[in-house]
Amino acid sequence: MADGKVVKRAKYKPTVKGYGIPGVLKLTKERFIFMPNDPTSTAKLNVEFKLIKGHKFSKEGSSKQALLNLTQDQGGYIFEFDSFPDRDQCRDFVASAIAAYMEVGKAASEKPVVLHDEQLNATEMGRRIKLLQENSELQKLHMQLVIGGILSEAEFWAARKKLLEQSENKKPKQLVALKNDMWSVKPLSDGQTNRVTFNLTPEVIHQIFAEKPAVRQAYLNFVPGKMSEKEFWTKYSRAEYLHSTKNIVAAAAEAAEDEELAVFLKQDDMLASEARKKIRRVDPTLDMEADEGDDYMHLPDHGLPQGETKEFLEPQYEPFKRSFSQYLNQHTAVVLRGRVIDVELGDTRSVAEAFTRANQAELATEVSDENAYRERINKVSRVAEIEDLQGPRDLPVALLSIKDPRDYFDSQQANAIKALGDVDTGIRQLKFSVTKEDAFCSLKDSISEINSQGLIEPIINPEVALKVFNGLSQNISSTKYHLGKNPHESVLDQLPSATKNELLLHWTSIQELLKHFWSSYPITTKYLYTKVTRLKDAMSQIYTKLQEIKESVQSDIRHQVSLLVQPMLQALDAAFAHYDADVQKRSAKSGERPNGFV
Amino acid sequence: MTPVSSKLYADDVSLLMVLIDTNPYFWSSTKNTAFTFSKFLSHVLSFLNSILLLNQMNQVVVIATGYNSCNYVFDSSTSSMQRAECLLEKLEDFVDKDESLSQENSVDGFGFSLLSGSLSMALCYIQRVFRSGPLHPQPRILCLHGSPDGPRQYVAVMNSIFSAQRSMVPIDSCVIGSQHSAFLQQASYITGGVYLKPQVSDGLFQYLSTVFATDLHSRGFLQLPRPVGVDFRASCFCHKNTIDMGYICSVCLSIFCKHHKKCSTCGSNFGEARKQEPSASDQRRKTPDLNR
Repeated sequence: MADGKVVKRAKYKPTVKGYGIPGVLKLTKERFIFMPNDPTSTAKLNVEFKLIKGHKFSKEGSSKQALLNLTQDQGGYIFEFDSFPDRDQCRDFVASAIAAYMEVGKAASEKPVVLHDEQLNATEMGRRIKLLQENSELQKLHMQLVIGGILSEAEFWAARKKLLEQSENKKPKQLVALKNDMWSVKPLSDGQTNRVTFNLTPEVIHQIFAEKPAVRQAYLNFVPGKMSEKEFWTKYSRAEYLHSTKNIVAAAAEAAEDEELAVFLKQDDMLASEARKKIRRVDPTLDMEADEGDDYMHLPDHGLPQGETKEFLEPQYEPFKRSFSQYLNQHTAVVLRGRVIDVELGDTRSVAEAFTRANQAELATEVSDENAYRERINKVSRVAEIEDLQGPRDLPVALLSIKDPRDYFDSQQANAIKALGDVDTGIRQLKFSVTKEDAFCSLKDSISEINSQGLIEPIINPEVALKVFNGLSQNISSTKYHLGKNPHESVLDQLPSATKNELLLHWTSIQELLKHFWSSYPITTKYLYTKVTRLKDAMSQIYTKLQEIKESVQSDIRHQVSLLVQPMLQALDAAFAHYDADVQKRSAKSGERPNGFV
Repeated sequence: MTPVSSKLYADDVSLLMVLIDTNPYFWSSTKNTAFTFSKFLSHVLSFLNSILLLNQMNQVVVIATGYNSCNYVFDSSTSSMQRAECLLEKLEDFVDKDESLSQENSVDGFGFSLLSGSLSMALCYIQRVFRSGPLHPQPRILCLHGSPDGPRQYVAVMNSIFSAQRSMVPIDSCVIGSQHSAFLQQASYITGGVYLKPQVSDGLFQYLSTVFATDLHSRGFLQLPRPVGVDFRASCFCHKNTIDMGYICSVCLSIFCKHHKKCSTCGSNFGEARKQEPSASDQRRKTPDLNR
């Protein structure tokens, strides 16, 4: 321990109950290393102490194991020692090592925080990088604040959770749909022999499994126990062939002979039960009677070639009948559902199993949904309300629209114009003063004047009208092409582009910093305290930079720049004043509350 | 004219509420310029006539925005054929009444006309039309305003603007004074109306008929003038000054230019937070804490 190193025999236990992997535990000041006795074992450990949050140990007792648990944020590392003295020695060493890191952590509190933030998964990181690439303004801000060490990565993104979520929602993963192609086995007959060939590809098998659960079930039952894969598909193809010949009597005869073949030839029981379930889920208020007019079912198959024969069938052949409309419905249902499984198509068995799993999951959710029935009842009562007696559900809503922050500059410009106008009219206002009688008299005179003389003829002379038209169309065309902004009238655009960009950048970073600054109050933890200090330093840097900009610009635009900069400086001043007041209060109170209250 | 009987309103039938500024102090200031009140009236009357000619179902209501009061001076659905005479007669009566209500003998500057009052009257009229039946003309408000913004009316005007926004009534504004009006800029911006300050005051009729005569349906196809910038600043509730930065009551969102002990609108106490005794900490939790 004196040389800053402890080596002990111990067992690493990935789980509490497990037996444990025997090996050697080596502790140094920075890290602990576990080497299992079996060199092929994968249970090697090499962990830094700064990731360890604390340690727990079992009580000393004759029947108990000597355990030491080094806890992390999630989970931990459990070691079992041969004896308690060994364990205690390690425990004391670990305690001092962790304490040392805590000290370091306190001294430079931002560092460990940053380290934890780095433990992000790759997708999260990718999303952030993508956002930064798409938004150059955000990238600049990120460069300045995060890389500059003013804000940590997590703090920066915590304020932008919405943005991240949005970007994720925007791009749903596109799934490749099933082919909307009614697969029917087209027998290829060579015309000379009696051989008939069927072509089955993995894609086709996938489709068969999706559309015919009975075939899938049969495959899982028979292959490879009862028959080989090839035999299975041969049998299936034979069944299909019998169907395509439309000889139901022959099919029934074959089925009587071959039990397995019968599975394919009979109607699909699983499908039937599924259909029944689906019918139960149909909205009970749906009026089936009303749809009777849409029923084409009694028109036999719309003259489509495949399907029911018109001849009379004896009841024992009934199960072998197959309706084309059933097949069509099943096919469309499968295509609309899309790919429910995500398995490589090559392996037939795994495809079949995946389908079964997906189906079971569906069933499980249905069964567990005990409330479904009640929900239906509720729905009935809700829909059964008499609509005429209900008030309108959707009141007209005027949407709240959040403005582009750049409007702020436009408004500043409007103020500037207004200020100019005020100077002008202000002088006139001072000179202007009339008595009540004079004012009202002149107004009444005007009214009686028009009453006696009638309207002016002509109301407007052509030259003035032309002037108005020219002015209006000029105004409209200039605003149209500059998205509501006249380039020569905005104060911001009159500035040199370097100054303009600098101002905009400072403005966005001030917004960001102030947001973090004010959200840190009231300061309850040491962490917030250091954060506020950091933010304040960054803001005072920007403050001086703003002052420099103000002084560096040419005299003719200096006034306008200072108009723009003034509100930013005021906002910063308010923040500084709050910071100073808080620091004073803090120092005054520190005597009263020495115990952990920062 | 009885348009209500035959409720056959198409989407291009308008109900135009025109608010005309009759502030005598403002109009006295223009007496020596080319643009007098009689000229203004003659442009407006011609405009109203052309609106009524555009569609025989169109309806026009004129509200006078006076110095001490406001009133309806014309309603095309009730008046007889002598429109202009009827309007002028009522306007004269209104000015007489407005004068009798006046307290002070002279006013420095222009004084302010009661924009908030006439906006509210227009909205009330529109509400009545809305409730008259499922079919009604498309209402819009046109403010012909010259007086400067009255800071004391800030809250009332903003409330009118928001209720117009809620009932989806656009407020168009045509500023005939020498200064831009921040109230009307905001009103038009928020309600989706058109704000315009004519450069050539002699051509008022041309501006009115070009920009403000189109019904709401046709506006979807037209390129109308848009303001370059809107003054979004608010006025404080205590001194009615326009401010860039201020204090906001965390309970009722009232705006103040200075720190107050108590909100004048909702009566919440603003705690001076940390300076109190520790025993007051429970009490402090309940009181809204301003950014201080």
